Amino acid sequence: MFPESKIPEGPLAEKWDKHKFNVKLVNPANKRKYDVIVVGTGLAGGAAAASLAELGYNVKAFTFHDSPRRAHSIAAQGGINAAKNYQNDGDSVFRLFYDTIKGGDYRAREANVYRLAQVSVNIIDQCVAQGVPFAREYGGLLANRSFGGAQVSRTFYARGQTGQQLLLGAYSALSRQIAYGKVKMYTRSEMLDLVVVDGQARGIITRNLITGEIEQHAAHAVVLATGGYGNVFYLSTNAMYCNATAAWRAHKRGAYFANPCFTQIHPTCIPVSGDYQSKLTLMSESLRNDGRVWVPKTVEMAERVRKGEIKPQDIAEDDRDYFLERKYPAFGNLVPRDVASRNAKQMCDEGRGVGSTGLAVYLDFADIIKRTGAEAVSQKYGNLFAMYEKITDEDPYKQPMRIYPAVHYTMGGLWVDYNLQTTVPGLYATGECNFSDHGANRLGASALMQGLADGYFVIPYTIGDYLASTPPKPVTTEHPAFKQAEADVRGRIGKLMSINGTRTPDDFHKHLGHLMWEYCGMARNAEGLKHAKAEIQKLRKEFWSDLKLSGTDGELNQALEKAGRVADFLELGELMVDDALDRNESCGGHFREEYATEDGEAKRNDDEYAYVAAWQYVADNQPEILNKEQLTFENVKLTQRSYK
Amino acid sequence: MNLTLKVWRQKNRNTEGKIVDYQVKDISPEMSFLEMLDVLNEDLLRQGDEPVAFDHDCREGICGSCNLFINGRAHGPESGTTTCQLHMRKFSDGDTIVIEPWRANAFPVNKDLSVDRSAFDRIIQAGGYVSVNTGGTPDGNEIPIPKEIADRAFEAATCIGCGACVASCKNASAMLFVSAKVSQLALLPQGHVERKTRVENMVAQMDKEGFGACTNIGSCAAECPVGISLENIAILNREFLAAKATSNNLV
Repeated sequence: MFPESKIPEGPLAEKWDKHKFNVKLVNPANKRKYDVIVVGTGLAGGAAAASLAELGYNVKAFTFHDSPRRAHSIAAQGGINAAKNYQNDGDSVFRLFYDTIKGGDYRAREANVYRLAQVSVNIIDQCVAQGVPFAREYGGLLANRSFGGAQVSRTFYARGQTGQQLLLGAYSALSRQIAYGKVKMYTRSEMLDLVVVDGQARGIITRNLITGEIEQHAAHAVVLATGGYGNVFYLSTNAMYCNATAAWRAHKRGAYFANPCFTQIHPTCIPVSGDYQSKLTLMSESLRNDGRVWVPKTVEMAERVRKGEIKPQDIAEDDRDYFLERKYPAFGNLVPRDVASRNAKQMCDEGRGVGSTGLAVYLDFADIIKRTGAEAVSQKYGNLFAMYEKITDEDPYKQPMRIYPAVHYTMGGLWVDYNLQTTVPGLYATGECNFSDHGANRLGASALMQGLADGYFVIPYTIGDYLASTPPKPVTTEHPAFKQAEADVRGRIGKLMSINGTRTPDDFHKHLGHLMWEYCGMARNAEGLKHAKAEIQKLRKEFWSDLKLSGTDGELNQALEKAGRVADFLELGELMVDDALDRNESCGGHFREEYATEDGEAKRNDDEYAYVAAWQYVADNQPEILNKEQLTFENVKLTQRSYK
Repeated sequence: MNLTLKVWRQKNRNTEGKIVDYQVKDISPEMSFLEMLDVLNEDLLRQGDEPVAFDHDCREGICGSCNLFINGRAHGPESGTTTCQLHMRKFSDGDTIVIEPWRANAFPVNKDLSVDRSAFDRIIQAGGYVSVNTGGTPDGNEIPIPKEIADRAFEAATCIGCGACVASCKNASAMLFVSAKVSQLALLPQGHVERKTRVENMVAQMDKEGFGACTNIGSCAAECPVGISLENIAILNREFLAAKATSNNLV
C-alpha cells in the first residue's frame, strides 16, 4: 500500500491556506520540550534550523563543512524566482506554477508546485529584511531579470552571486539562533546512519571528521537537507564534498527514493580539458539572455577550428549555425536546460563541435558588446567572465566562450508527502534532497526558491503537525536501535579500512562516473542501461575487494570519507539505471533515445508514465520494489512541450 | 611540467609539524593548483602513505574553504584569486613550491594544511545579522535602497570568509573580515536598528578569539581573493567610535 501523498482537498489556490489551518499546532510552552535534528545547513537546512529555533524548538544542526557558510548553495549564480510581478509584465502565482509544471514536463505534483509559487513572494521579503543585497534599480526598488525558460522577468539576483548572498542570509539567521542557544551547531560532522525506533525516525549516527569519533544523537524528528546526488557522475558542477550518503542511508532505513533517474544536465558549463579534471564549472544560465549559441555550419569548418587553423571570430555570419535560434524561433537561446543541452550534444555528435576535444559549442557575446559596450556587459556578468578567463586563459570579451553540458542538479530524491515527510514517520526531506517540486526538469532560478520555501515557510508548519501528536517526553539514545546503528556504522568503516587492495576511492568514483555519463547521462537507451547495470554491479564487487586506504579511522582521513560516499554512489547509481530502464518514455532530463518525436524532441507517454516512481529498499543486492504514485492534473492540460 | 613541493605535514593539533619534500611529475599547465595536489595525493595513497589533508569544496572560488599559503602568499602568486582558481600555468617546469596552512593563533591546525576557522563563525554569532524572525517582514519594495548603497553593501557582502586577510596580516588581525560584515549592515537601512550593539559585540568577540590588532598596513585587502576594500575598515572604525561615544554601555 503506497503511503498517501496527503494533498489537501479543495481548489488548488486554497489548499495550502486550508492545510495551514488544519495542521495541529504545538503549544508555545511545549515547543521547548521537542528536539529536532537538521542535517545539512545550506539554504534548506539553514533556513529550517533557524526558523524552527525561532519557533522555540531545540535544534541540533549538522554539517560536514567547517562552517555552515560553505554549503554548496553558495555557488548558485543566477538568481531566485518569485511571482511578485514587480515588472508589470503579466506574472502571477498561477503563471509561475504553470511554468514550473510545464518546465518539469508534467512529472511534478500540482499542489506542491502551487504552494512553492505562493510562498515564493514571502522569500524575497524575508531575504530583504535580513539584509541580502539584491540588485536594485536607480529608484531604489528591486531589479529583476528574465531567466532560462521564462517569458516574464521574475528573477531576483545579486550580481552572479545570488546563492552566496541568500546562503549568507540564512547563515546569519542560523548564527543568531546559535548565539541564543536555541541551535546547537555540529560542524565537521557527517551523518552516517539514521536511527529508527519503533518505525519512527528518532536520531542519527555521525562521525566527527576531525577526531573520527562516532556519536549518537537523539531527537523527536529528523530533517534532512543534504542536497543532491549529482556527484554520482564524478564530474559535475557540484562541490567536491556533495554526496548522497545521508539520503541513501535513510533510504536503506525505509525512506522511498523517488525518480532517481531525473538528473539535470546544465547546458552552459566550461568543457572538460583533461583526465585530471576534478569538477566542472558552471557558467550561469543568465548568460543565455545575452549570449548567442552557435557552431560552424559545416563539419569541415568545425574541423579547422578544432585544429586551431581558424579562430571563431574570423568565421563569417553566413558560416555560423545559431542552432537554438534556428530551431526554436519563439524561445531561441532561452529554451529550457534539457532542450539546450540535448541540442549541444547533437551538434557535437554531428561533428560540428569546437575546442580541441570537439565537445563544445560557442556562447558568443560579440553582439551585446557591440550594442551596449563592454562596460555594460561587465556590470552584468563581470565575475563570470573573470572566472571563465581564469580557468581557460581565454578572454570572453574578445572571443566566444566554449561551453558544454554538465551534470548540475538532481530532480529525483527522497519521496516526500505534501508535508515533506518521507515514508519514515518523523523523517523529513527538504531542498534538493527531496524529489518534490521540479518534476523531470528544473527551471533556472528555482532551486534557491525551493530550498528556501521548504526551509522558511513549509517545514515550520508541517513538522508541528507531527510533533503535536508525539508526546513531549525527552527522547534519549537509550534504545538498543542506537547501539545497533552505531555498530553498523563502525562495522562498515572497519570493513573499508581493512580491504587493503590497490585502487583508490577516486579511481572507483571516476570509473562509476564514466559509466553513468556514458549510459545514463544526456541520452539513454535500454541496451546501454542494461550494460551499465552489469558493469556497476561488477565495479561494486571490485570496490569491496580492492579498495586502497591509508592512515586510521581515528583522525581526519579524507580518503576514508570519500570511500564511504563512493560506496553509496555505487548502490545509488544502479538504482538510477533501474529507474531509467523502467521509464519507457522521454520526459525532461530523462531522454530515452527509443522515445523521441520525429524531430528528435522528448516524447512523453502520459497514459502509462504519469507517475512518481518511488523505490523501496529490500536488502543488499536485491532488486528494489517499485511503488507508483499516480499524478493527477486538474488545473493544467498536459501538452507536448513546444518552444518553437 | 615537473615540480618539487615542500608541504607542511602535521598529524594533529597537538603535535609539531614539519616541511616534507615531494616530487610531482607530468603536471599539465591547464590543471588547477588543487588538481595538482589531487595528483600528489593519489600517488601517496597508492604507495600506502597518508595523503595531504587540505580544505576545499566548490572549486569555483566562492565557498571559501580552500586556504593554502603558497610561496609565502595567501592563495598563491595570482592576485584576486582563491587557491582553487589558481592554475598551474602560473608556474614553470622545475619550480619549487612551498605550501603551508594559514598561520594564526586563532586558526589552529587540524591536520597538515587544514585549519580551524570556527572563530569567524563565533564573530558572526556575536552580531553579524539583522534580528528578524521568519515571517511578518514587509514587502521587499517597501524598503527602497539607493542603487549606489545597495551596490556598496553588496561589495562588502561578497566576503567568502576564507581567512586570507588574517593569514596575510603580520598581526593576524581579522579586521577586514569583521569590517566587511559591519559595513554591509551599516550601509543598509535594515541594519541600522542594531548598528551600535552589533559593532561593539563583533569587535569584542574578535578580540576574545585572539586575533591581533590592526595597524593599517593593508596586506589584508591586497591579498583578499574577492577584493574586499580597506575602506570597510575605516567604516568599522567610525561605527565603533560612534557606538562607544553614545552607547548605553558607556554611560
